[in-house]
Amino acid sequence: MNNPNTLVQLINVEQRYSSGRRTFTAVENVNFTMAEGEFVALLGPSGCGKSTLLRIITGLQKPSSGRVLYRGQPLTGVNPHATIVFQTFALFPWFSVLENVEIALKARGLPPAVRLPRAMELIDRVGLDGFESAYPRELSGGMRQKVGFARAMAVEPELLCLDEPFSALDVLSAESLRSDLIELWLEGKIPTKAILMVTHNIEEAIMLADRIIVMDKGPGRIVADLSVGLPYPRQRNTSAFTALVDRVYALLAGQTQAEHIELGSAPGEPGATRPLPQVSINNLTGLLEHLSEQEKGHADIYRLPERLGVDSDELLRLIEAAELLGFVHVSQGDVALTPLGDTFADASILARKNIFAVRIRRLPIFKWLITLLRASESRSLGWDVVRAALELEFPPDEAERQLDTIVDWGRYAEVLAYDDDKALITLEPEAGVLEKTGT
Amino acid sequence: MPQRLTFGTPPSRRFGYGDLFVLLAIAGVLYLGLRFALTAPGEVRGPEIRLTWTALPGYAALSIGRMAAAYALSFLFTIVYGYVAAYNRRAEMVMMPLLDVLQSVPILSFLPVVLLSLSALLPEGVAAEFAAIVLIFTSQVWNMTFAWYQSLTTISNDLREASAIFRFNRWLRLKWLELPFGAISLIWNSMMSWAGGWFFLMAAESYTVGERDFRLPGLGSFLQAAAGQGDLQALFLGIGALVLVVVALDQLVWRPLLAWADRFKLEMVEDQTPPTSWFYDLLSDSRLIQRLGASLADWNERLDAWLIHRLKPLGMPETQSSQQWTLLSVGMIAALAAVVGYGGLLAGRMLLEVTPAQWLELGVGLGATFLRVAVAMAIALAWTIPVGVAIGSNQRLARWLQPVVQIAASVPATALFPAFLLIFLNLPNGLNIAAIVLMLTGTQWYLLFNVIAGALAIPQDLKHTAALLHLKPLARWRTLTLPALFPYIVTGAITASGGAWNASIVAEYTEFGGQVRSVIGIGAIISHATASGQYALLLAATLAMILAVITINRLLWRRLYVLAEERFRME
Repeated sequence: MNNPNTLVQLINVEQRYSSGRRTFTAVENVNFTMAEGEFVALLGPSGCGKSTLLRIITGLQKPSSGRVLYRGQPLTGVNPHATIVFQTFALFPWFSVLENVEIALKARGLPPAVRLPRAMELIDRVGLDGFESAYPRELSGGMRQKVGFARAMAVEPELLCLDEPFSALDVLSAESLRSDLIELWLEGKIPTKAILMVTHNIEEAIMLADRIIVMDKGPGRIVADLSVGLPYPRQRNTSAFTALVDRVYALLAGQTQAEHIELGSAPGEPGATRPLPQVSINNLTGLLEHLSEQEKGHADIYRLPERLGVDSDELLRLIEAAELLGFVHVSQGDVALTPLGDTFADASILARKNIFAVRIRRLPIFKWLITLLRASESRSLGWDVVRAALELEFPPDEAERQLDTIVDWGRYAEVLAYDDDKALITLEPEAGVLEKTGT
Repeated sequence: MPQRLTFGTPPSRRFGYGDLFVLLAIAGVLYLGLRFALTAPGEVRGPEIRLTWTALPGYAALSIGRMAAAYALSFLFTIVYGYVAAYNRRAEMVMMPLLDVLQSVPILSFLPVVLLSLSALLPEGVAAEFAAIVLIFTSQVWNMTFAWYQSLTTISNDLREASAIFRFNRWLRLKWLELPFGAISLIWNSMMSWAGGWFFLMAAESYTVGERDFRLPGLGSFLQAAAGQGDLQALFLGIGALVLVVVALDQLVWRPLLAWADRFKLEMVEDQTPPTSWFYDLLSDSRLIQRLGASLADWNERLDAWLIHRLKPLGMPETQSSQQWTLLSVGMIAALAAVVGYGGLLAGRMLLEVTPAQWLELGVGLGATFLRVAVAMAIALAWTIPVGVAIGSNQRLARWLQPVVQIAASVPATALFPAFLLIFLNLPNGLNIAAIVLMLTGTQWYLLFNVIAGALAIPQDLKHTAALLHLKPLARWRTLTLPALFPYIVTGAITASGGAWNASIVAEYTEFGGQVRSVIGIGAIISHATASGQYALLLAATLAMILAVITINRLLWRRLYVLAEERFRME
């Protein structure tokens, strides 16, 4: 604790926010320290609170409870020794490249004679010389993020924070920017003492960081603190690398639990309601079809992103959805089709819809909505009514997302109909009942 | 650039306590004004207006001066009011409903009360001068304030976080983040405010009622005097001068500003046709201007350095939950509510003096004015939609005619009113016709401009589809043209309707060539009550008109606007 090299220390940090009378927990019980010389990655699926944590560490946000220390001192206000490279670049569109870098220095009161050469030098170092007078809208995404890096490094921060800095870039730009960053960091060309990077990309974290703090959601919390210990430059296809990727996937994908634990409870009932992962049905069937082509319907999760062309965040959501519907079984970083999932993958379009309908009717959140719709006049309810009811369980924007997913799945399964003009959700007549009377 | 001009319209709300509070406050302020008016001089002598062309530059300068003074006031008010409302949640709760109501109040209905109360407090000429500036200010300020508030509240979170992490203080945040972010919206709204301001300036400069002549030397009174004396040459000269001033301001001030402000646009893609201005190009090439710019940059650096050492860096703006209700703020709001309630009570007591017969007269007057507005709107819609579509469907024609329509739209209807009187007053029912023509002039150009913009914005592929489907003309109008135009028509109509109600104040009661003429209508009642000193009736009529316009806005225009945004937007 009294290590003079300790930069950041979080003690029992918790972030809650309230909506109406309900309180939701974004992150809970977070404890970790970061020392000089470390490159730490905060890794986790979206919604796990990793960005919140970054904002708490930089002082942009005050935690609801717990303590944030910087070099042993409690942090008050924005941390003057930290800067951020933003996912969306956050460049000022009305300033040129040079001005964007310069303002960071000017705001600290540096006179033109000092700040101009320094800004020019930083622009030079990230490889943007010649573009000083260009405006951000004239640059490609990769070049914009270079300005973002130059601006953040110009003020010579002790702690450089990266908030998903490569996720808005195309694959090639991201790759080249990553190696630029590692080079600057390893060769000590920047006076930065430590780097904290938030990412949902598992490979990226292992590629760059010495230490990975793995977070999970519902509520956001730290589930593992891994040391990477691989020499730079790191190769993706070495066994040590893939072993680590596999291990992190195993951590994040978890283990399929007994059904009543997986499903959770209905909204308004005691116990937590399991939020539906936001996935498109098309991608879900794509995953299942891919698995059915594998031997015994079995695959290593870490190999899937490349084969399916989805990122790790999306893949984890797809697997979660398939698991929730009983189509796959997850265990120790592997995913396997269940007999039901296998049937689904082989079935015709109509049969798939039937299987899907039967499965979603088992989910407590659908059971709850169907009961509500049955009880209502004309078996319909307004979007806003259902959303308000969901807000008893979820924060407002999450309730909106949940309802989006519910309606999307329900429409596919022909369990629900939705009229956009009237914003009305209607229960479709049950296909099973019709079939029995019809044949 | 097919541009849809919009007044900032906040999301649809129901009448709430906020609105009640605001209406009570307005009633209280009007009452206070009328209390002062009781001691207003019974006779006010106006200025002598010279109808020679040599007098015109002076009058034009005076008119521009009034506009500029009111605009400067508006700008200052906008920045401060919008800033406080955007950053202080509690103030926002009162300030936004207030803005919302004031935005739809027919400003001209305030003119008599403002003039009477100021003339009781200040010397004659000064009072009218002040009243004109106050009136123009109230016509210019709300949409600007709303635009500024809206841009402050929509600044993206990442730019806010960047400003905080790079340690901007309040000054730097305003200069580097907030003003640039709002610049384009502020300039567009300033242009609209300035255009709208002429309407009220003309009315204020030529306002005469009973024994009180509140006229001011300026273009408005020049036109009125010219028409009154039947001096056609002077009339045309005056209108020419007005058009010249409007066009010159557009070319020398607004276009260069727009061209300059192009750098503040937020889109991350390059614009194919950025706004251009010959005058701006001329200025930026000038050596003198460049040297001036360099020395300004020097001063700017010093000012920044001075302020950076004095103001602390800011964090992120506080969120709702972290702002606590303190005893002090509760007390302040209670005190404010008490004052407003008391003012409303006094106003209510004054309203008791209004007899049932007068209330009936008010109802009839409101109905008559409503009919006139409706007729003017119907005529305007009937011709602007087909003509606008015809122009808008022809790109070449549109490029030619759009600036012409813009200039026509920028000539304030109130400036032409004396001319209308000259033409129509001798016809049977002449004032009625003149009133409707005035309302029409105030509305139709704006509508036409919007319809052309809408027709230009219909996507080419939809037009091709309609052609491929061999839609008959009627079906084509029903399935493509009208739905596509709907948002543009609604936006145009909202402003047009507001303008028409305002016009009723000047149009329904007039003294022309020494004769008083009036038609039945709420505007006539307001003017008549002012002339005869029936202050209770004046208060009742002003409040009735405000209430009527706000109700129509909420019940009709707001809903259409929301419908247009949700169903018929092309984007």
